[in-house]
Amino acid sequence: MQSVIVQNIVKNYVSKKTSVEALKDISFSVEKGEIFGIIGPDGAGKTSLFRILTTLLLADSGNASVDGFDVVKDYKQIRNRVGYMPGKFSLYQDLSVQENLEFFATIFNTSIQQNYDLIKEIYQQIEPFKTRKAGQLSGGMKQKLALSCALIHKPSVLFLDEPTTGVDAVSRKEFWEMLHRLKLQGITILVSTPYMDEASLCDRVALIQKGEILSIDTPKGIAAGFKKPLWAMRANEMFHLMNAIKADDSVESCYPFGQYHHVVFKTQKDGRTKLEEIAMKGHYSNVEIKSIEPNIEDCFMALMRG
Amino acid sequence: MRVLKFLLQKELRQIFRDKAVFRILFIMPMVQLLILPLAADYEIKNINLSVVDHDHSEYSRKLVNKITASGYFRLKDYSASFSQGLKAIELDKTDLILEIPAQFERDLVKDSKATLLVSVNAINGVKAGLGGAYVQSIIQDYNQQVRMQWIQFPRFDPQPTIEVTSSDWYNPNMNYRVFMVPGILVMLVTMIGSSFAANNIVREKEIGTIEQINVSPIKKWQFILGKLIPFWMLALVVLSFGLLIARFVYGIVPLGHYLTIYTFASIYLLAVLGLGLLMSTYAQTQQQSMLVSFFVTMIFNLMSGLYTPIESMPMWAQWITKFNPVSYFIEVMRMVVLKGSGLTDIKYQIFALLGFALFFNGWAILNYRKRSG
Repeated sequence: MQSVIVQNIVKNYVSKKTSVEALKDISFSVEKGEIFGIIGPDGAGKTSLFRILTTLLLADSGNASVDGFDVVKDYKQIRNRVGYMPGKFSLYQDLSVQENLEFFATIFNTSIQQNYDLIKEIYQQIEPFKTRKAGQLSGGMKQKLALSCALIHKPSVLFLDEPTTGVDAVSRKEFWEMLHRLKLQGITILVSTPYMDEASLCDRVALIQKGEILSIDTPKGIAAGFKKPLWAMRANEMFHLMNAIKADDSVESCYPFGQYHHVVFKTQKDGRTKLEEIAMKGHYSNVEIKSIEPNIEDCFMALMRG
Repeated sequence: MRVLKFLLQKELRQIFRDKAVFRILFIMPMVQLLILPLAADYEIKNINLSVVDHDHSEYSRKLVNKITASGYFRLKDYSASFSQGLKAIELDKTDLILEIPAQFERDLVKDSKATLLVSVNAINGVKAGLGGAYVQSIIQDYNQQVRMQWIQFPRFDPQPTIEVTSSDWYNPNMNYRVFMVPGILVMLVTMIGSSFAANNIVREKEIGTIEQINVSPIKKWQFILGKLIPFWMLALVVLSFGLLIARFVYGIVPLGHYLTIYTFASIYLLAVLGLGLLMSTYAQTQQQSMLVSFFVTMIFNLMSGLYTPIESMPMWAQWITKFNPVSYFIEVMRMVVLKGSGLTDIKYQIFALLGFALFFNGWAILNYRKRSG
């Protein structure tokens, strides 16, 4: 069964003279119990999409349904059964951890006790601080509280808008582990993130840029779509090396990736000899050249160019 | 109902937790109520007088003595010529010149007729108007005395004269505070009602918490009522404090019933809070809502009849005051406190305010959108 269906959604933001196309004819669907990642840079339209699906924003055209309910007609039903965690921390900073959780439980006509099982693992980590005001929590703890509040009414679909932005690496890892445990409970999770490395943690991902979906597939499927051989190169003068590689006609693209430059050639010819040639010409030292498997980010870079 | 209860609980918790705002809410009105009525006094006193006496007679001296003895004037300058007296006005030493011409006494005695010149510095219109009027009435009184002294009245006065005796009703001692304190109290309650609730909603917008509320099944009216009721109660508490100060500091005991005041205040607050909520549904930032409510309450207060009587405003302005809830409350307060009016006497004002309350709150609920286009 499909939990979220999006068909030809269009959203434009019109101010006096300019009109910004936030979403251009977007369609996709999410299976029940799936972790669906929406990956894209800032301004790609991720938040607009989430706000439409959580009934906070009206689309200009197109249909969408969540859990079988139309986002325009049946918005009341949807509000009862989705959990939404906005990108910006938006709980009451002057209320304590427990008061926040109680408040969000009561406005959904439920109580902490009723759904304690669902949030137990997450909430237990912040329970020692339950009398502390939400505004005084650390970034990671705030995220845990926000997730608890979004889950307290046992939603069937969870929308997480950039939940890991501004959270440290350890907390991010923990957060994703929590999402995988929630998935086991049968909750459908839509999560947006600007971090490519998180894409591999989703069941399926949609790469989105400038309001358009570039590709929807499993992380492996997207990586498999990258047909050309990919080379990684390292040397002592990285900046000059980048310029030298880009200056070559046979190079399709070159971009920095961690300690390496990733290089793609236009033709399937032997890239190693070409790169060695460039290294010789520029008298670089500590040169390292290797052939690598493409990951999601490489695919995204390739799709953005295309 | 259960949801509303929790909304109220949360709202009250937040209000009482913010100690600074809570203190401001109570201390600010108290201080204003203790300072304003004592300082803002209409009676003009200490008008600086400049006398240019060309006559130097017994009569002119008597006149000057009479004026200075009235208590409203202070003789600050005694010049030999009018231009010198004018100089004193230019230097802002005096406010008013009384010029007594030469042969003032002779003309008065011989021709039974004399002229005087009064020149007033009209930069401060109120002071000029009242100062001029005081001088005139003193001179008239003086004139009467002179006539009494000189003219032997015949048995029957050939000229009919009308003597006026006045008595001041409802405020027999013309006590200025009795008139001002209820008005200022209204002003304070209005300020709390209109800006606090408005800012509160806008703050939820700014912090983003309203997003979480909007995705929940909370109904619009629940949310609006959840905001309205706490501030309604708070404003009534502030009103009670104000009435206590009026009673124990200024000794103002309303002739009418306290219940009448509270009944009207409850309805009045619904209207003012509704206005605040309406503004908050349009404002995006706290700064916007602060500025707008500052502007609106200032107009409301200045055009409420608190400082200047509505009856002396031009016709168009009087029409504006008909749409000003503050003017109704000030009117009612004075009626109840000074005249002892009951609910039947103020039914017209009650209906007007019910109208305002329905209008503003209805518009606010209609305009509050849980989702944007």
